[in-house]
Amino acid sequence: MKSLYQNFEVSKRILDRRDFLKGLGATGAVMLTANWTWAKEQEIKYGGPGMPGGVIEDPKVYLRFLSDGTVVVICARSEMGQGIRSSLALVVADELDADWDKMQVEQAVGDQGVYGNQNTDGSRSMRHWYLPMRRCAATARTMLQNAAAKHWGVPAGEIKPYRHKMAYAGGGKEISYGKLARMLDDQDIPDPGTVILKDSSKFRFIGKDQTLSVDNTNIVSGKGMYGADIRFDDMLYAVVARPPVYGSKMESYDDSAALKVSGVVKVVPIEGATAPSEFNPLGGLAVVAENTWAAIQGRNALKVAWSSSPNDSYDSDSYRNEMNTASHNPGKVIRTVGDLDNAFASAAKTHTADYYLPHHAHAPMEPPVALAILKDGKLEAWAPSQNPDSSRVKAAERAGVSYEDTTLNVTLLGGGFGRKSKSDYVVEAAELAKTFPGRAVRVQWTREDDIAHDYLHTVSSEHLEASLDKDGNTTGWLHRSVAPTIGSIFAPAQRHQQAFELGMGIINAPFNVPNMQMENPGVDAHARIGWFRAVSNIPHAFAVQCFIAELAEKAGQDHLEFYLNLLGPDRKINPLDQGDGWNHGEDPEIYTVNTGRLKKTIQKAAKEAGWGRQLPKGRGMGMAVHYSFVSYVACVLDVEVKNGGELIVHNATMAIDCGKAINPDRVRSQMEGSCIMGLSLATTSEVSFKNGSAIQNNFHNYQVARMPLAPKSLSVHILEPEDVESLGGVGEPGVPPVPPALINAIHAVTGKRIRQLPIGNQLA
Amino acid sequence: MASINLNGRIHELGAPDDMPLLWAIRDVLGFTGTKFGCGMGLCGSCTMHMNGSPIRSCLTPISAAHGKKIITIEGIGEDSVGKHVQDAWVKKGVPQCGYCQPGQVMSATALLKSNSDPNDQEIENAMVGNICRCGTYNRIKKAIHNASDKIKEGSK
Repeated sequence: MKSLYQNFEVSKRILDRRDFLKGLGATGAVMLTANWTWAKEQEIKYGGPGMPGGVIEDPKVYLRFLSDGTVVVICARSEMGQGIRSSLALVVADELDADWDKMQVEQAVGDQGVYGNQNTDGSRSMRHWYLPMRRCAATARTMLQNAAAKHWGVPAGEIKPYRHKMAYAGGGKEISYGKLARMLDDQDIPDPGTVILKDSSKFRFIGKDQTLSVDNTNIVSGKGMYGADIRFDDMLYAVVARPPVYGSKMESYDDSAALKVSGVVKVVPIEGATAPSEFNPLGGLAVVAENTWAAIQGRNALKVAWSSSPNDSYDSDSYRNEMNTASHNPGKVIRTVGDLDNAFASAAKTHTADYYLPHHAHAPMEPPVALAILKDGKLEAWAPSQNPDSSRVKAAERAGVSYEDTTLNVTLLGGGFGRKSKSDYVVEAAELAKTFPGRAVRVQWTREDDIAHDYLHTVSSEHLEASLDKDGNTTGWLHRSVAPTIGSIFAPAQRHQQAFELGMGIINAPFNVPNMQMENPGVDAHARIGWFRAVSNIPHAFAVQCFIAELAEKAGQDHLEFYLNLLGPDRKINPLDQGDGWNHGEDPEIYTVNTGRLKKTIQKAAKEAGWGRQLPKGRGMGMAVHYSFVSYVACVLDVEVKNGGELIVHNATMAIDCGKAINPDRVRSQMEGSCIMGLSLATTSEVSFKNGSAIQNNFHNYQVARMPLAPKSLSVHILEPEDVESLGGVGEPGVPPVPPALINAIHAVTGKRIRQLPIGNQLA
Repeated sequence: MASINLNGRIHELGAPDDMPLLWAIRDVLGFTGTKFGCGMGLCGSCTMHMNGSPIRSCLTPISAAHGKKIITIEGIGEDSVGKHVQDAWVKKGVPQCGYCQPGQVMSATALLKSNSDPNDQEIENAMVGNICRCGTYNRIKKAIHNASDKIKEGSK
C-alpha cells in the first residue's frame, strides 16, 4: 500500500524546491554543476524517479472506470505527434484486457505534484512511463478482480479478466467492467506484492504492429483541439512586436496608427527579461484586437524604437570564422585516452576535416500560441506546452497569482520538437490576461515571430583529426566541437557545452581507438539557444559519421567494414568510463553504450538496403549510425544527383534498436518523420544572422522538406533484441544519422565531400 | 454586411472585406478546423476549397469568396471523396501531430476529385504546397493511393 505513494512524497518535496533549476528538468541538476561526484553524493535517482516530480503509480490518479464501461486514461505527457496519448492508452488496455474502443484519453493539467514528471522532452515518455502505467493498470485490474470476488462471494484467485469483463471460471458467471466500476469505490488499493503484471505472451496491443489512435478521427475532420482552437465569447486576440535583437529593449513607441486600425482594442507593453532570459518573454509591445487579422494589421502600423544590444553585431559569417578559428586551437579538454601526439607522430596517414552546421528553427506547423483568463483571482490558461508544470509556474508568477490558483490546460501540440518546452509564449498570455481581467486573451505568434524569436538549435564548428596505421586502423582521434550552449539562456558567461551536450555523441564516442582526445573550445552565444529534437547529437553525429566515411576512403576500405573495425569487439561500455556522467539521466549500469547493438543496427540497415549492390548510373549509397537517447539508429540512403544538382532520394532504410518497441507503428512513424526532418536539416534549412537579427522569416527562406524530397521508398526496421528489457528513446534518435548518411551518399555519387550544411546549391 | 457560403450554409460576416477567409472563418465564425501556418500561402495548412478548387485561405480575402461556395475540413466529410480521404488517413495512421493534416486532406481531396487515379508524380505535384514538419509524406502518398482504390471500387 505504502510503496505506491512513496514517489508521491518524494515528488512533493522536489516540487517545493521550485527554483530556477526546475525548468531544466532532471538534466539541469547535473548539467549546471557539471560535476558527477556531486550528483552521486546527492544520490540522484535515475530514470523516471530521478526526474522532478518523479513517477506516480497510483491508479486513482491515472485511471477512471465509468459505469458505461468506458475506461478513462489520464495522459500527463504532452501529445506532439509521437503518439503518446494512444500509446499509453494501449499499454493500459492490454494490462486490463480491455476493449480498445472503450478506451478514452483525458489530458492532464500541469501538476507534477499529482502526476509526476510531465516535461515531455528527452524521448522519455514511454521509456519512463511504460512500467508505471502497466503497474497502475495491473493494480486496477486486481481491484476489479477483488470487486467481482466480493460481489459473487468467491475467491479472487478464481476470477480472470477477459475482454472488458471479469469471469468466474467455476460457475460461468461474468460481469462487465462497467458494472464493476460502481463497486470500485469500496476497494482498497491492493498491496503491490499481490499485483501481477500480465504475461507478455498474452499481449494483444503491446508490441503489436497495428495502427491504434485515440485522436486521428478528430484530427482528420478538423476537430483536433490545438492551442489556437480554444475559444471563448468576447475573447481577445493579440500579436506581439518583439525586440529584433536578443538583449534589446523597447525604448519608446507610437501606437497612434495601430489604434486606428479597425478592431484594435489596446496596445500593451510586455515586460521582457534581461539576458540570460531563461523561459521568460523577450518583451515588446502587444497589439490586442477583436480578431487575429486586426491584431496583425495593428502591429504593422506600430512604430517602436528598440535599444541597442550587446548582440547587435551578431553576424553568422564572422561568427563562423570565429568558431572555426577556435576549433583549430586547443580548447577545454573533456576526455583523453592514451597519447595523441605519439599516435600522430607514428601515423602512416593522417586526415583532417572541418564541418559546419547552422542554426535551425524548430518551425512546428503550429506556431507558439496560448490563451489565458484571469478571473476572480484565478488564472486559467490553455497552451500547447511540452512542459505544462513549468508553464504553470511561470504563468502564475507573471499574473501575480499563486501556483495553486493557476490552472494550465494542455491542448494537442501542433508539433513541438523542443520549442514548446519553453514557456515564454504562455507567460505573454498571462500578462495580457492580467490587463483584461475576466476576458480570455490569446497570444498568436506568426510564422515570422516563430522563426525570428525561436530558441534556436545551436550553430557549430566541428574539427576532426585522425591518424591511421599502415593497415588502415585508426590509432588517433581528435574531435573539437565549438558551439554556443543551451546553458547560456540560464546563466551569464556560459561559453562551454554542458555535460548533457557533450554526452550527445562527442565525449561518448564508442570507438576502439587507443589514443583519443575530445576538446570543447569556448564561444559566446548571441541568440537564444534551445533544445531542438536530438539537440547536440545533430552536429556531433554529423561530423563523426562523415569523418568516418572519409577515413574509410583514406584507408581504401569499405565504409561498413571500416566502421565495424573502428567499433572493435562487442562490449558494453559504462558511460562513466567515457567521462559521461549524464547518460541521458539513466542508470549507467543498465544503460551502457553497447557496441554490439550499434554493430547489429548498422548491419541490419546495410543488409535491408542491399549495401554494396550495383546501382544505376548516377546513384550512390551512404550510411551512418548513431547512439542517442539510449537507442541505436542507423540510416542508409540511396540517392541520385542529377546534372544541375537536383537531388532525388530513392530509398531510405532506417533501422532502430530501442529495446522493446511498445507501439511499433509509432516507432516506425517517428523514424519516417526523423528521416524527413534530417533531410530538411541537411538540404535547405538554415537560420543565419546579420546585424543581430535573423535573416530568415518564413517558409520561403527557411525551407523545410516538402513531399518531392521525401524518399521514393522509406522502410523502417525494428531490431528488438530479445535479451534487452530496458526501453530506449524513439522521438529524437532517428534524426542524427540522416544528414551524414545523405552527405556520404552524395559523395558516393559525385565524389564531392560536402562539409557545410545546408547543402543548398553546393551540388549545382 | 458581407456573407459567405460555407459548407452549404450562408453566414453573415461582420468583418472587413479584405480580411483573409482564414481569420474570418476561424475568429469571426468560430470554425477552427482550418489551421494557420504561415500567412503567406507557403505551407498549405489553411487549404480550403472554393468552388471545388483548393485555395490558401490565409491569402484569400473575403471579397474573393462572394458568390462562391467554400468548403472547409468541417464540411469535406459530406463529400464521398473527402470521406474516403479521411478514412484512408486514419487507416494508414498518417497523422503525427496532425496540425497540417486538415490542409493535407483538403489538397488530397481536390486532387482525387479531378484525378481519381493519380500516380506518385501527380501526387507530389498536387501536394508540394502542403508542408508537414513531422514528415508524414510517405504515409500521405500511401493514403492517397488507398483512397483512390476505394473511390475506384465505389464507382464500379
